[in-house]
Amino acid sequence: MTIAPERTDVRLELRVADEWFPVCELSALIPGRGVAALLPDGRQVAVFVDRTGTPYAVGNQDPFTGAYVLSRGLVGSADGRPFVASPLLKQRFDLATGRCLDDDEVTIEAYDVRTSVAPPALR
Amino acid sequence: MSTETTETIVLVGHGMVGQRFLEALAERGVTDRARIVVLAEEPRAAYDRVQLTSYFSGRTPEDLCMVEDGFIDRHGIELHLDDPAETIDRTAKTVTARSGRTYAYDTLVLATGSYPFVPPVPGKDATGCFVYRTIEDLLAIEEYAKNSTTGAVVGGGLLGLEAAGALKGLGLDTHIVEFAPRLMPVQVDEGGGAALLRTIEGMGLTVHTGVGTQEVLTANGAVTGMALSDGSTVDTDLVVFSAGVRPRDQLARDCGLAVGERGGITVDEQCRTVTDPDVFAIGECALAADGRVYGLVAPGYEQAETAADTITGERRSFTGADLSTKLKLLGVDVASFGDAHGTAEGCLDVVYSDSRSGIYKKLVIGRDGELLGGILVGDAEAYGTLRPLTGSVPPVAPEQLVLPAGAGGPVQIGPSALPDEAVICSCHNVSKGTIRAAVTEHSCTTVPEVKKCTKAGTGCGSCVKVLGQLVTAELEASGVVVDKGLCGCFAQTRQELYEIVRTLRITSYQTLLDNHGREAARGGDGCEVCKPTVGSIIASLAPTIGADGYVLAGEQAALQDTNDHFLANMQKNGSYSIVPRIPGGEITPEKLIVIGEVARDFGLYTKITGGQRIDMFGARVDQLPMIWARLVDAGFESGHAYGKALRTVKSCVGQTWCRYGVQDSVRMAIDLELRYRGLRSPHKLKSAVSGCQRECAEAQSKDFGVIATANGWNLYVGGNGGATPRHADLLAQDLSDAELIRLIDRFLMFYIRTADRLERTSTWLERIDGGLDHVRGVVVHDSLGICDELEALMADHVANYRDEWAETINDPERLARFVSFVNAPEAPDPTVRFVPERDQIKPEPAELPLLQIRTLEGSAAR
Ligand code: SRM
Ligand SMILES: Cc1cc2nc3c(=O)[nH]c(=O)nc-3n(C[C@H](O)[C@H](O)[C@H](O)COP(=O)(O)OP(=O)(O)OC[C@H]3O[C@@H](n4cnc5c(N)ncnc54)[C@H](O)[C@@H]3O)c2cc1C
Ligand code: SF4
Ligand code: FES
Repeated sequence: MTIAPERTDVRLELRVADEWFPVCELSALIPGRGVAALLPDGRQVAVFVDRTGTPYAVGNQDPFTGAYVLSRGLVGSADGRPFVASPLLKQRFDLATGRCLDDDEVTIEAYDVRTSVAPPALR
Repeated sequence: MSTETTETIVLVGHGMVGQRFLEALAERGVTDRARIVVLAEEPRAAYDRVQLTSYFSGRTPEDLCMVEDGFIDRHGIELHLDDPAETIDRTAKTVTARSGRTYAYDTLVLATGSYPFVPPVPGKDATGCFVYRTIEDLLAIEEYAKNSTTGAVVGGGLLGLEAAGALKGLGLDTHIVEFAPRLMPVQVDEGGGAALLRTIEGMGLTVHTGVGTQEVLTANGAVTGMALSDGSTVDTDLVVFSAGVRPRDQLARDCGLAVGERGGITVDEQCRTVTDPDVFAIGECALAADGRVYGLVAPGYEQAETAADTITGERRSFTGADLSTKLKLLGVDVASFGDAHGTAEGCLDVVYSDSRSGIYKKLVIGRDGELLGGILVGDAEAYGTLRPLTGSVPPVAPEQLVLPAGAGGPVQIGPSALPDEAVICSCHNVSKGTIRAAVTEHSCTTVPEVKKCTKAGTGCGSCVKVLGQLVTAELEASGVVVDKGLCGCFAQTRQELYEIVRTLRITSYQTLLDNHGREAARGGDGCEVCKPTVGSIIASLAPTIGADGYVLAGEQAALQDTNDHFLANMQKNGSYSIVPRIPGGEITPEKLIVIGEVARDFGLYTKITGGQRIDMFGARVDQLPMIWARLVDAGFESGHAYGKALRTVKSCVGQTWCRYGVQDSVRMAIDLELRYRGLRSPHKLKSAVSGCQRECAEAQSKDFGVIATANGWNLYVGGNGGATPRHADLLAQDLSDAELIRLIDRFLMFYIRTADRLERTSTWLERIDGGLDHVRGVVVHDSLGICDELEALMADHVANYRDEWAETINDPERLARFVSFVNAPEAPDPTVRFVPERDQIKPEPAELPLLQIRTLEGSAAR
């Protein structure tokens, strides 16, 4: 197997209780779509990158149905702010803040995310 | 029984006008206080005689019924079917019916209609001779035609042409014999008749004009032919007389009521008989105060209202009516209005005639330039605006009104040019002013609302187009800016985006957004509305524009709705369902066993769907590839239950097994399903094929449905089950296999090209300008000259179809996406849990206190 040269091995990390928790390589994500990740305490997060390559993470549970599915929603942007639309009943959530755009009273958890070049151990 | 104090009204005849009279009584509250007795000769309640012929295109007698459910009971009307009035005693004020029952009346209303005139030729009563007036007549003709090959219609007027169309539809070689030198002598002039003749002959009918029928030739009492006045004969198995109608006034004559010289019960302007103030006559049996007997339904309705008003003491008169008509005969538009034959002194004609395409248009212009009337054959588009202009000077030169587009400027004058008093709907006498008021004062914003509010457009339907234009114009005038854009990202409609993608061969959503999106949306991430829409457009056009036909290729993967992205339907708990394709519903025992084994091994809930296939529920996302590997291995393909694409083509068992079947419906269903599988479209597409008219496959509730006939296939389009069911419309009849497939190819591609996002064919057909007629023009008659292209698009689709699931399980990179967690690919999602129910599984109820759900536009499957 050849190693694709454009693979930069940039790692995506999430802040959980003041620790940066590595989730996956950035290249595992398609712009505009998400993946789900499991946190050490069993919580689920939905991780996305938008078209510019900026990453975001929010809780994976859809508060309207209880199902853990937000990672499978479609990403869009409104007024320049990226959101994910739940695949079940289509409510939209701001990816940066977790605020529901279709119901003022609902907010889901939003996580801080960063990218970093993976240390050799992870390569 | 009637007491002395209860007034009794007896109505004789429950036809179209009779029913309207009953409704008028009910609206005026008369039914609450008076006893109403109705004597009807026919075995069924009033039905839509105007639409009689539609029985042959699949409308049932029940569909034609004009009496709203429960109307008769609710108003306590005593309706006696199959019991005609036989005698009237005006001194005793009683009516006696055939059953022998006698009813006393205070007011008697005669609405006995007309009977078809049968010329007194030898042989006219032979077996195989019919008239064309009632549902019973049609049933008898249909039955007799089964053993006939040729039919002849005596009379080339309006009804004769309808009858001829029906015979042709029944598969007979059809002749029309007309005594006058042209067809439709009453409505059209010589030029119009010539245009009509050409078109009708072009359809394969044989027309004999200027000759009379001398004798019906018979053998053993049954028809074998007709001898004509020019010495020729026509061989025929069946004869339909349609040589005009005569008022049914015998009952009136017998009791001494005055009748006209040429028939018709003589009435005054209040529709009261001139002989007896307690007796009224309305509809086709009446000779109106202006000396005319009206053979159209609209004047009859006005007479019904007039009689009802008079009975309730209101003042109203019927002094005559407009004889304007717009008809579609044998698929040809024919309209005449006002002084069509130019009888006014000093009037002049403006004529455009193109016998090549069967178009003839004549306007009669008065001395001062006012429009007096006209005749339109072949293209009656302008009827809706021209008729209301009658009596006024048109805003543009009359020449421009008849010239075809491109040959002299503005052909169409919009309805905005009409004065408020102009009558838009002549069936219900609704003026432009009333329609405008419906929008401005009653806040109607759609055509259906305006129809409900004003009744306009609910009769013959010929005014609906103008109605639509008026409603839009009025809405726009009142400042309602309708942003027709797809979403916040695109100002274009789906149809416009389709054209952009097709002509500029754009294969990337981002390119489309950045170059054609709304200014503020460019460079952004789009939204959940336009992404799948554009994804679907690119998929529909993929082979033609050079995009990858695989919906998960490259950027396309990011555009798909969640279901398309995982090639399965997400359920309420985040698990998925799996629906393999079972073309036509036909499946071998071996394949059934595989489905059973897969479902058992993965513990899936299994259900037979409403679409003749099998759905397995409860798979986790990480199980989908394993399940599909086994299904693909056994020869199954994706059923696209998740996509806006072809779902199922249902079939009935058909000719192979069924005693009634006339074609192999299963084979055709399989062929169609395999041809259109995978075709991405604005909304899902469903189809069905039935082996005979019994319609066990419910084809008339499908986007495109096929029903076998003895001669081939009938194609229906625009049907829908679901939330707003709609019966499909007949698009074309008696097609060969190849003709059928060609028409469906064109129909589907035209729909994909012009429909809005999430617009099923049913709503599309109702919305699109010109409706079914326009669609038929485009796909059957190639009126836009795009059929070659539509067929080529479909050929591209068929040639490039690949099974998405087979492709996915063979692609490791794609398979990597089918995991519950990116950082724990092996771990199943612990939140997807099930509990037992009826020996299978169901999702465990969610434990968290759920939020109140407000369903959004575009939720669920949208
Ligand atoms: C499984 C099935 C019900 C069943 O248990 O029988 C079903 C299930 C669903 N239907 Fe249906 N429909 C099913 C037959 C029907 C039928 C009957 C038929 O096809 O003969 C109809 C009415 C006919 C019609 O469509 O005209 C039907 C009218 C709808 C509608 C309303 C469509 C409309 O135009 O009004 C929706 C909602 C939509 O598409 O927007 C819908 C949507 C759905 C969705 C996709 C809703 C969703 O997104 O979760 C359901 C998911 C199926 C799944 O997860 O696999 N389903 N649905 C049937 C699958 C048939 C198949 O083999 O593919
Ligand atoms: C095929 C066809 C197409 C047509 N197309 C059009 C069109 O496009 N536009 C248009 O305006 N008009 C059209 N017409 C004409 C239209 O149908 C008539 O104008 C309308 O039906 C007249 O209504 P009516 O109630 O007066 O008569 P009918 O509808 O004929 O009703 C009269 C009823 O009275 C019954 N009756 C008669 N005698 C007695 C008795 N002694 N006792 C009890 N009952 C009795 C009859 O059986 C019948 O049911 C068409 C007619 C036909 C046949
Ligand atoms: S539609 Fe006709 S051919 Fe098909 S099963 Fe029903 S009765 Fe038989
Ligand atoms: S003119 Fe017939 S419905 Fe309006």
